[in-house]
Amino acid sequence: MTRLPVDSPAPLIAAQDLRMTYRVGRGQVLRALDGVSLSVQRGEVLGLVGESGCGKSTLGRCLLRLVQPSGGRVVFDGTDITTLPERRLRPLRQEMQMVFQDSYAALNPRRRVGDLVAEPLRVHPAPGGGWRSRADIAARLAELMDLVGLPQAALARYPHEFSGGQRQRINIARALALSPRLVVADEPVAALDVSIQAQIVNLFMDLRDRLGLTYVFVAHDLAVVRQISTRVAVMYLGAIVELGEADAVLHRPAHPYTAALIAAVPEPVVRTEGLPPPLRGDVPSPIAPPPGCRFHTRCPVARDRCRVDPPTLRGLPDGREVACHYPLVET
Amino acid sequence: MLLVVRDLTVALPIGGRLVPIVESVSFTLGAREILGIVGESGSGKSMTSLAIMGLIDVPGARVSGSVRFRGRELVGLAPRAYRALRGREIAMIFQDPMTAFTPVYTVGRQIDEQIRVHQKISRADARSRTVRLLGDMGVPDPERVAGRYPHQLSGGLRQRAMIAMALSCNPALLIADEPTTALDVTVQAQILDLLRGLRREYGSSVLLITHDMGVVAETCDRTLVLYSGLVAERGPTGALFAQPGHPYTAALLDSIPPLHGPRPARLPSIPGSPPVPAERPAGCPFAPRCAYAHEACAVRPALVASGVQDIACVLPAEGRPLPPRFVAEMSA
Repeated sequence: MTRLPVDSPAPLIAAQDLRMTYRVGRGQVLRALDGVSLSVQRGEVLGLVGESGCGKSTLGRCLLRLVQPSGGRVVFDGTDITTLPERRLRPLRQEMQMVFQDSYAALNPRRRVGDLVAEPLRVHPAPGGGWRSRADIAARLAELMDLVGLPQAALARYPHEFSGGQRQRINIARALALSPRLVVADEPVAALDVSIQAQIVNLFMDLRDRLGLTYVFVAHDLAVVRQISTRVAVMYLGAIVELGEADAVLHRPAHPYTAALIAAVPEPVVRTEGLPPPLRGDVPSPIAPPPGCRFHTRCPVARDRCRVDPPTLRGLPDGREVACHYPLVET
Repeated sequence: MLLVVRDLTVALPIGGRLVPIVESVSFTLGAREILGIVGESGSGKSMTSLAIMGLIDVPGARVSGSVRFRGRELVGLAPRAYRALRGREIAMIFQDPMTAFTPVYTVGRQIDEQIRVHQKISRADARSRTVRLLGDMGVPDPERVAGRYPHQLSGGLRQRAMIAMALSCNPALLIADEPTTALDVTVQAQILDLLRGLRREYGSSVLLITHDMGVVAETCDRTLVLYSGLVAERGPTGALFAQPGHPYTAALLDSIPPLHGPRPARLPSIPGSPPVPAERPAGCPFAPRCAYAHEACAVRPALVASGVQDIACVLPAEGRPLPPRFVAEMSA
């Protein structure tokens, strides 16, 4: 598949036929990403959803080149960064940052919050060249604490003195220190209790509005993704099966997998009618994905063609793309 | 009643004094009933289930109150008597099936053994029961799966195998502590479907411990909401979700982003975080975060009946209960 992203104008970041394969012994190959193409416009929030092993985290990491993709291209703001040497990638790294799920693992427990958040400001030169002064760094730290809703006193304390939600605020402050344009967040609220999760989701939304940020938001929780995303990409076994406006994809899913995923979410509402029958089976191994459509082994509407002919992503009239021979919406 | 828990209190020694982690928790569980115990981290939900199972082995811990199972008092039961009960009459499943199985034997052998510990039957008979159980749990090709090691199975299959092992002696009570938290949603839906079917197929009652209000809504007949080691509210699941009586329950439900209907511009969130047990306020533990807090909340509120629910809040008695919850219509 060599389709070019059709979106215009120039996206902030785009992936083209991205592949990531791992050798897993005995000559076997695991395709974590099997030809993924997408683009993210400035100011947009792209939600990446799917179950474990679908490749959503790998995709997030490939976009920032935290791992080197095995094939395909990543273009950030017009620059192909796929094979850019580290020396030339470095200035671009300031513009793209990541927030991880485990708020504690991401912070050195022996250093104060002020040092942790200041670190990117100390290792990267200031925009005009030269190094930032102590006073500049202190002023920026104060600004960042305000941005993420932490008291200034937090700077003098250690990570373990904070709750999970507060630690995620620290991680966000650190990611924002260099005023990036793109933030890839990998399950940033998955480890938090719901009442705290809501605070952090709100913070992400506020920061996007205030700073004009662009997010790639990786999460398994469809409701969280719907809340924050403008567009959603649904992944299954290393490929995108549906991509489009968040409300279209999540309210009128076109791919049977998207529909099954939505139906499986337990909602905090007691329903009077019965629950839909759950999807059968487990996600197949990405080492030996099924032939044809990779979802056909679990698909409630699979036909003969699906077992042999792998569908490619194609556009529907409403602008979304779906990789299904028999989508659930009118074509 | 199969299980009657009265004023269960679990106190652990922290900083040289006994701090109640779970305080005066009371509930009942009938035959073939599924009761959900829901709460956020640190609410005491797992501690409650461990106390019922007699599995709290922290030195200096004190469990008081009463847990009556089939009329028999379990608090203070000798370890030996507890062991005879566990596995046979009360079984437990956990979030991580890897902790329930040893990695060195096949899944089938471990379930066989569990059966043979409690019943005098031959190996062959035990194996055929194991295979039947695995099949009942929706395991495809159960004979082959019985011959596999835990690490060779997917998360969903391991969870099914663990439930099969838990049910192997037909326990009257199954305690499931976050049984689906580590699973993907499509597999979670299968396991919840299985748990709902247990009362029909096996006549089991289930105590489901979870942090997920969605899981509770779809699975439990009645619900108990814990906050900071205390019961905030309990009642039939339908009523509790339609009209939560405790401001904590209402706020918790509000903070979950909706999957249907209009997207809120901001999610209602609960300010601050729950108190740690040692710093629990003397009055209502939720008062510091509660939008309705007032002078009356300085005294610990008792659990009082309000309609079909019991609510540990002064609002109903003051004649100003919370309004019914607004839920957007689900699209077909």
